[in-house]
Amino acid sequence: MTEAHYQDEHHDELPFWRHYIFSTDHKIIGIQYGLTALVFLFFGFCLMMLMRWQLAYPGKPLPIGFLVKWLGDSRMPGGIMAPEFYNQLGAMHGTIMVFLGVVPLAVGAFGNYIVPLQVGAQDMAFPKLNMSSYWVYFIGGVVMLCSFFVPGGSAQSGWTSYAPLSVITPPSHSLFTGQSMWLAGMVFLITSSLLGSVNTITTIIQLRAKGLTWMRLPFFVWAQLVTGFLLLLAFPPLEAAGVMQLMDRMAGTSFFLPSGLVVGGKALYVSGGGSALLWQHLFWFLAHPEVYVLILPAMGIVAEVIANNTRKPLWGYRSLVYSVIFLGFMSFIVWAHHMFLTGMGTAVNAFFQTTTMIISIPSIIILTALILSLWGGSIRFTVPMLFALAFLPMFGIGGLTGLPLGLASADIHLHDTYYVIGHFHYVVAPGTLFALFAGIYYWFPKASGKQMNETLGKWHFWGSLIFMNGIFLPMLIQGLAGVSRRLYDGGASYLHAEHVLYLNKVMSHSAWSLAVVQLIFIVNFFWSLFAGRRVTSDNPWEATTLEWATPTPPPHGNFLKIPEVYCGPYEYSAPGEPKDFHPQNEPYQKPGDQNNQEKK
Amino acid sequence: MSTAIEIPYNSTERPDTGLYNAKLGVWLFLASEVMLFGALFSTYVLLRTGADTWENGAQIGLSIPLATINTLVLIVSSVTMVMSWASLKMKDLGKYRFYMGLTILCGVVFLIIKGFEYAHKFENGIWPSTSTFMALYFTMTGLHGLHVIGGLIVNSYLWGPGSKMWQSDPERFTNRIEVAGLYWHFVDLVWIFLFPTLYLLPGK
Amino acid sequence: MGDTHHEDIQSHVKTYIRVFVALAVGTLITVLASNFHLGIVVGIIVALIIATVKGSLVAAFFMHLSAERKPIYWVLVLTATFVVAMVGLIMFARQDQQGRQQGIFAVPQGHVPAHQTETPEGAHKE
Repeated sequence: MTEAHYQDEHHDELPFWRHYIFSTDHKIIGIQYGLTALVFLFFGFCLMMLMRWQLAYPGKPLPIGFLVKWLGDSRMPGGIMAPEFYNQLGAMHGTIMVFLGVVPLAVGAFGNYIVPLQVGAQDMAFPKLNMSSYWVYFIGGVVMLCSFFVPGGSAQSGWTSYAPLSVITPPSHSLFTGQSMWLAGMVFLITSSLLGSVNTITTIIQLRAKGLTWMRLPFFVWAQLVTGFLLLLAFPPLEAAGVMQLMDRMAGTSFFLPSGLVVGGKALYVSGGGSALLWQHLFWFLAHPEVYVLILPAMGIVAEVIANNTRKPLWGYRSLVYSVIFLGFMSFIVWAHHMFLTGMGTAVNAFFQTTTMIISIPSIIILTALILSLWGGSIRFTVPMLFALAFLPMFGIGGLTGLPLGLASADIHLHDTYYVIGHFHYVVAPGTLFALFAGIYYWFPKASGKQMNETLGKWHFWGSLIFMNGIFLPMLIQGLAGVSRRLYDGGASYLHAEHVLYLNKVMSHSAWSLAVVQLIFIVNFFWSLFAGRRVTSDNPWEATTLEWATPTPPPHGNFLKIPEVYCGPYEYSAPGEPKDFHPQNEPYQKPGDQNNQEKK
Repeated sequence: MSTAIEIPYNSTERPDTGLYNAKLGVWLFLASEVMLFGALFSTYVLLRTGADTWENGAQIGLSIPLATINTLVLIVSSVTMVMSWASLKMKDLGKYRFYMGLTILCGVVFLIIKGFEYAHKFENGIWPSTSTFMALYFTMTGLHGLHVIGGLIVNSYLWGPGSKMWQSDPERFTNRIEVAGLYWHFVDLVWIFLFPTLYLLPGK
Repeated sequence: MGDTHHEDIQSHVKTYIRVFVALAVGTLITVLASNFHLGIVVGIIVALIIATVKGSLVAAFFMHLSAERKPIYWVLVLTATFVVAMVGLIMFARQDQQGRQQGIFAVPQGHVPAHQTETPEGAHKE
């Protein structure tokens, strides 16, 4: 093994702002992404908690005086939520959670921090580009937040920003309107994503350590590689569409405005000839791969945690790899299942329905492989493992509830109902978020050198599991009853919603309880950071992958000696071995051993 | 400098991929740019086929001679760009400066001509809002123009202060020029498709 | 790009000049072709072919794509596939829209009218 080469050993003597604020070290950038994303997640959660008051008690004043006063009369006249404000909260909740919260956490934080370590590299391929990616994301986030404070408020046409509503709301050419700032913010966020994915893909392809062949990569790295390609190739059409919508709003063009559009009784004075459906096509061309961006890193984390806490190799590593590659490819040709009800004909509906059904297969293979990995394992019920285990049935529910949505005929009844909201929240909340929590609890000791409190972790887990189901299971019920989404009063004015209306209160109280439970996590996180017990080993979980072969926390440059890899990523409980795990960078003592371990 | 570690394969190629990092990076970036302009071209296709009438570029006042000159200007700039890289491969910094300078000059000429075209349109009351064709014209050439500006900024940096790297790490600097060249050629490539689409295709 | 020999670069330079000439000629041809009234379909095909040839020359020789290795090829093949899928499927969706009679898959004549029930779903509470 070669000594790590440090061209400049004075890194630690950099001034504070170069060391911590404008750092090019992937670990610090990863932590920046992580903390920023967690703040945005919390903020997005707060927006939803506000909405849930209106849904549970429509038309009743919010009993939090100082909040009502701060929000002001235009948003909460007499303490009662204005419909426009409800729409703003809805659009921004979705936008912030997806683009400012989950993806930056899953890809920006975990991807940046862990991928170079797991491939045995000293940093990402392009460290300065990495730093720029974070700050461009930060600017995009600030622009999004500022959009709340301009006249007319933030974007309020759904996170999907469908034309023509998004183009004409509010009818102003100014850049300083909520929707235009949403579009500008998205340009920044997309740019950040693109630069980040170039970095991730190049790092994985070019900077793998000696001996780290493709089939020896941890599944987490494979997941990040496919995710990188999804971000790289799917985002640009939305960027193009965003530019075109900005042109429609600010330059009076008609990319998305059809001829003969009448607004408020008056014909719109534009050239017309545009297509509202074009926006939907370009938006969903990204937004469908985007949902795989949300889930793939999560699956990667769950795979790592399961292998480590069952003390045996993952079942079906090859099928996992081929499935995730196939999934990534298919995700580009299913998007119009979000558009089944737009008047497309039966042929094209059949096409997209077919590809959607096909794409469920690799998903199921991955979930099955993870479940089968438990069989015969010596399961350690650590906090990361609890979250990883719960991910399996929760993602199962999320995935299965997606099937009727992917069938055009069933989707006629379920499209734009609460069933859809229940479906995707199951996948993202007790799905992805649980996996991300698992990752935080799992890698916290390596990144900080401290242990998180196990008891608080378990309270966090059980509380989150119970209350998340309390929020999202009723949504499936309401959706099947026909309650539409984006209703300001939660269905209160509809006859067919009457018998399921009480569920609004159940969901709202579950949501507020979920928030309280998250406080346990926040306290645990920061207390452990400053006053937690120190870990006594560089590899406290006794794991096999390369990130555990560094000092704790890893220094600039990561490895004291550049690692060389001798085996696969999950060499747990191999027969004849002294320990129940064999780290990837440890050579084999006896000549015959390597061949024995390598057999698939 | 805050990168205190040595990232491998910045100057030399990784044996199994045959690539140095920045080359893979720029090709990945170009792939995303193909998707970006591809979306704009698909917008053109969709809006055109759905329209009852569609202008012919020349009829609405687009100048084919000017655009032809611009096309040739960009092609020349592509040649000078690759010549600037070849000069570095032949260890001739002076020739590199000459060819890179020409490349930048061509880019500026392109933008000036584009500026004339835009000004002429606006003077005659033709704006993006005039029709979907003009909306596409301004958006596609505008985005392309922004990419030209970006390339000019990078090339100017590499012509000027960035060329200091030739003294400290000539291989890495040569690779930087190759990578900048790949980007610049792509900008030329997009125009090769934009030109006939917007200026030459008949109307309906 | 391993070779740094002077002679090899010189032969590359000759190639660059030849490609430049080809590109200039291609540009003039495409402008001249637009003067003929070829009709929209033929016009588009001719323009596309010329542009593709010119683009391929730029890619192959100026961008050294003809000498590149597998990773780059695969990235580009993947990208091209997705561009074709994006344009193709959007056009397919547009062709197959309800109510349109033209297109690859003809929509059957007439549509079954929506079945009216006594109390339509979604009636507002009085």
